[in-house]
Amino acid sequence: MTEMQKLYLLAPLAPLAGALIAGLFGRLIGPTWSHRITIALMLVCVAASVTIFMDVLKGNIYDGAVYTWATAGDTRFEIGFLIDQLSATMMIVVSFVSLMVHIYTIGYMHEDPGYQRFFSYISLFTFSMLMLVMSNNFLQLFFGWEAVGLVSYLLIGFWYTRPTAIYANLKAFMVNRVGDFGFLLGIALVLMYFGTLDYAAVFAQAPQAATQTIEIIPGTSWELLSAICILLFVGAMGKSAQFPLHVWLPDSMEGPTPISALIHAATMVTAGIFMVARMSPLFELTETALSVMLVIGGITTLFMALVAIVQTDIKRVVAYSTLSQLGYMTMALGASAYSAGIFHLMTHAFFKAVLFLGAGSVIIAMHHEQDMRKMGGLKKYMPITYWTMFIAALASAGVPGLSGFFSKDAIIEALHFATIPGAGFAYFCGVTTVFVTAFYTFRLLFMTFHGKPRMDHHTEEHLHESPWVVTLPLIVLAIPSIGAGWLIGPILFGNYFGSTIQIMPQHEAMARMSLEYHGILAMMTHSLTTIPFWFSVGGIVTAWYFYLVRTDLPGKIKRAAGPFSILLERKYFIDEFYSWFFAGGARGLGKGLWKFGDVKVIDGFFINGTARVVAGTAVLMRRFQSGYIYHYAFTMIVGVFVLMSLWLSGS
Amino acid sequence: MLFGLPLLSLIIWLPIFAGVGVLATGGDRNAQLARWIALIGSIAGLLVAIPLYTQFDSLSNGMQFVEYSLWIERFNIHYHLGVDGIAMPLILLNCFTTPLVVMAGWQVISKRVSQYMAAFLIMSGIVNGVFSSLDAILFYVFWEASLIPMFLIIGVWGGPNRVYASIKFFLYTLLGSLLMLVAFIYLYQISGGSFSILDYHRLPLSLTPQILIFIAFTLAFAVKVPMWPVHTWLPDAHVEAPTGGSVVLAAILLKMGGYGFLRFSLPIVPDASQYLAGMMITLSLIAIVYIGLVALIQADMKKLIAYSSVAHMGFVTLGFFLFNAYGLEGAMVQMISHGFISAAMFLCIGVMYDRLHSRQIADYGGLAKRMPVFAAFFMLFAMANTGLPGTSGFVGEFIVIMAAMKVNFWYAFFAATTLITGAAYTLWMYKRVIFGAVIHPAVEEMKDIGGREILILAILAVAVLGMGLYPLPLMEVMHTTVDDLLVHVGRSKL
Repeated sequence: MTEMQKLYLLAPLAPLAGALIAGLFGRLIGPTWSHRITIALMLVCVAASVTIFMDVLKGNIYDGAVYTWATAGDTRFEIGFLIDQLSATMMIVVSFVSLMVHIYTIGYMHEDPGYQRFFSYISLFTFSMLMLVMSNNFLQLFFGWEAVGLVSYLLIGFWYTRPTAIYANLKAFMVNRVGDFGFLLGIALVLMYFGTLDYAAVFAQAPQAATQTIEIIPGTSWELLSAICILLFVGAMGKSAQFPLHVWLPDSMEGPTPISALIHAATMVTAGIFMVARMSPLFELTETALSVMLVIGGITTLFMALVAIVQTDIKRVVAYSTLSQLGYMTMALGASAYSAGIFHLMTHAFFKAVLFLGAGSVIIAMHHEQDMRKMGGLKKYMPITYWTMFIAALASAGVPGLSGFFSKDAIIEALHFATIPGAGFAYFCGVTTVFVTAFYTFRLLFMTFHGKPRMDHHTEEHLHESPWVVTLPLIVLAIPSIGAGWLIGPILFGNYFGSTIQIMPQHEAMARMSLEYHGILAMMTHSLTTIPFWFSVGGIVTAWYFYLVRTDLPGKIKRAAGPFSILLERKYFIDEFYSWFFAGGARGLGKGLWKFGDVKVIDGFFINGTARVVAGTAVLMRRFQSGYIYHYAFTMIVGVFVLMSLWLSGS
Repeated sequence: MLFGLPLLSLIIWLPIFAGVGVLATGGDRNAQLARWIALIGSIAGLLVAIPLYTQFDSLSNGMQFVEYSLWIERFNIHYHLGVDGIAMPLILLNCFTTPLVVMAGWQVISKRVSQYMAAFLIMSGIVNGVFSSLDAILFYVFWEASLIPMFLIIGVWGGPNRVYASIKFFLYTLLGSLLMLVAFIYLYQISGGSFSILDYHRLPLSLTPQILIFIAFTLAFAVKVPMWPVHTWLPDAHVEAPTGGSVVLAAILLKMGGYGFLRFSLPIVPDASQYLAGMMITLSLIAIVYIGLVALIQADMKKLIAYSSVAHMGFVTLGFFLFNAYGLEGAMVQMISHGFISAAMFLCIGVMYDRLHSRQIADYGGLAKRMPVFAAFFMLFAMANTGLPGTSGFVGEFIVIMAAMKVNFWYAFFAATTLITGAAYTLWMYKRVIFGAVIHPAVEEMKDIGGREILILAILAVAVLGMGLYPLPLMEVMHTTVDDLLVHVGRSKL
């Protein structure tokens, strides 16, 4: 084993060790040592990730097995690592944000009785997520995929005595399982047609498979790769919360805020985006799947952003914002701009983590009050929280110069250049949502930090900035929220991803964009003449006017909009429909099958029926054995008579 | 051979003699002695079985550890034992489970202790006999004998409705197996007077008798598995059985049905098996989908897990009748894994039942607060029950779904619905029992699990995780046998 291979193992195993120590011996070693050990091991993980990243930049790519998990038939299923630009980038993002969240947790959870358990979970999450992104095959991808889902389930339900939390975590797991159902079928199709689950081997055979068709419904023919890619994308829809499988993410806000930042904004929910980018050699060969992604991404981007406008819970605004931003990433994938999608994933991880952790800082100060209508004027009490969130809000709104601007503008440009069906719709959604995003982000900022304080007197007296363990991660994460975007040149147009991401020549969005790219300054000045920039400014100004100048207007508009605002407030009634149709339907069906099928037909008719027939026959037979001699004599006479007549008539 | 003794005989008869020894301790005055003899006997039973794995030649495609001697000369019946890569893991599973069951009943069973412990030890030996018999009559004797201890366990130490349940269990399985005996006698006739199972494998048969024999076998084995629609005895039996009875029933006795398909149906009547595969697959898929929904609405935890067993065993029969290596190996893995997980689930329910004497979900809620260690174990096993990767529950289901996709997209589609239904019924139950606020005052009094219970659950946790993370050692021992079986099934007997 080379030194680098040892590091590949060390990066995921260090947080796993932390998780085991804090989880199994947490009570023994106490809270302080639990966080010291897990954070020290996270530092090891970050150091390993950075070293690996540097090594990959030098061009050292690794693809190899660690051990053989199982063999079935003539197939070997292996656990192994693929270390290239894509996985190394993800490792940096995951380990870095995770380390920040570990530190932040010291402040946020310090009074919680489940302190050690929490550290154990977030370290376990980091391990799972790293195994997911480092995988070199579909099997391990699925391992990581479900493992992060498990940790998400455990963390959403962390406060397990709250009915809303345990409703939300079950819902999250179930919706993700619906996605995984499709994902697993996609993997099964891959194994069936390619005979292996190793990425490299599958991708090498992909071009030959492009013309293959399968017969899913007898008599119809489906493109094999379209079927595979759409099924895989169903998995991504679950994990990355795309419409119509988005319903679990807003509810996941029941979990403690640090994990909302880590899992439900920065890392786990981007697993779907990462997966599709990883599979670009397959997705590129099927325009059907690309179109599906454009449309699904477009719907999610616009319609989830609209819901964010009417939310009053500070975390839910950020949650819907996450849904919408994930929609942007999905659209980027659909436009074959995989690198732009991953780039937005990265910038979003930073600025969204700041927004969530900042919201958490506000929530601590407000004594766990999350309703923005009871906030206001927090700026003077919490300057660090305010300024870091302000930076993140600018980045989120796409103001030129900050990270979000570059990545989002790249996606919108790519949609502009894309030509496959659905691109027009996606472009429309992408541009419109710029305005909506700017509006709801600054609505959050103004309602929380500006204007008159609306909280009660007691709360106001105790308002103060959060401790350094909370503000330090905010500051550290705010820096890449500003500057990460400046890397757009090398990452998008500098062949950063090399052969990791493959794009067919006819999908020319990225190629055309790179022709027009002349550095970040030119990109910023050019943007001043485009619609997205003015939408972004317009959104901020509108939010300012509505929530700081004419604070009576939002209420009036809401009354005027009537049913439309109810539709938004009730999130298009999707939750109600799902719980009636799917949850209720399954219970009804189960009850029907049980009461009718098992109890009535099988047990009632066949089993007990058989018993009755046996008993009935016995009763009948008993009649013939009554014990009275005249019964027997009579039967004998009749018998003799019958036999005689048969004999006589026969002769 | 172990110390000059024939290994398989030792594995069969050591637990039985230990069981007789336990019986000899007599009444409950000597209960503690009975417990210790039972524990030592069951552990000895496990230890003597270990050479079965270490000395097993996984490249050989014949029977191993063969013992052969005449039993009843007049009918040409032999005491003929031997194992292959299919039987060996099941024997190990059985020997592994027995000490756990003995430990699980340590304090809970306080009446007729020696008889209770003896029943489990004797059953363990009998089941080893089922898995290693190569003579049809010897097999049949062990097969029917295994009913008696379980009948007594349910009937004597069971719940209030135990008489109905034990009789339903007994009649259901007895009726099924009588037809199997008829089939054996028919095979004896046409094979020119042989009861050797291996002779039957080579016996040419035309299609009509094959189909009739297949139906006779299927009735016997399908009841045991149990397959839909002959599964309704299982929930009743589980509900009334004491914890140990449920564990052995789910972990071991159901596997006898699965084993029967592999030892008898597929190799003896391969053409009928292929001919009727569509029906068997359909029944298996119904078990997975239909039973998954039925499990969802059960209010009794044991019933819920019983139905979940039926759904999981659906994967076993589905895997058998896909006729590819993935399917057979996945099904085998699923049988072993289900042995661990169902045992663990029933033990967990037992832990709660011992404290509150209720199996109703509605009587619990908020256990996590009072019993955090227990909640953690239960979470692990619940997740294994939903087939989470990294646990043994994933391995078999995953490979069988892959196998199904090789044959037909829709087979895989319906099989994969278990991802959704399995999670729904398991985690919804978990949520209502473990999470939430404590509503019932009685729950407030519940004590967390102690050393003995932790030991039992930890052993199972290691098994579930070990097999989930590294199933290779188990799968390697079956390859040759499964390949051999597939070649055999592919060769027509017509």
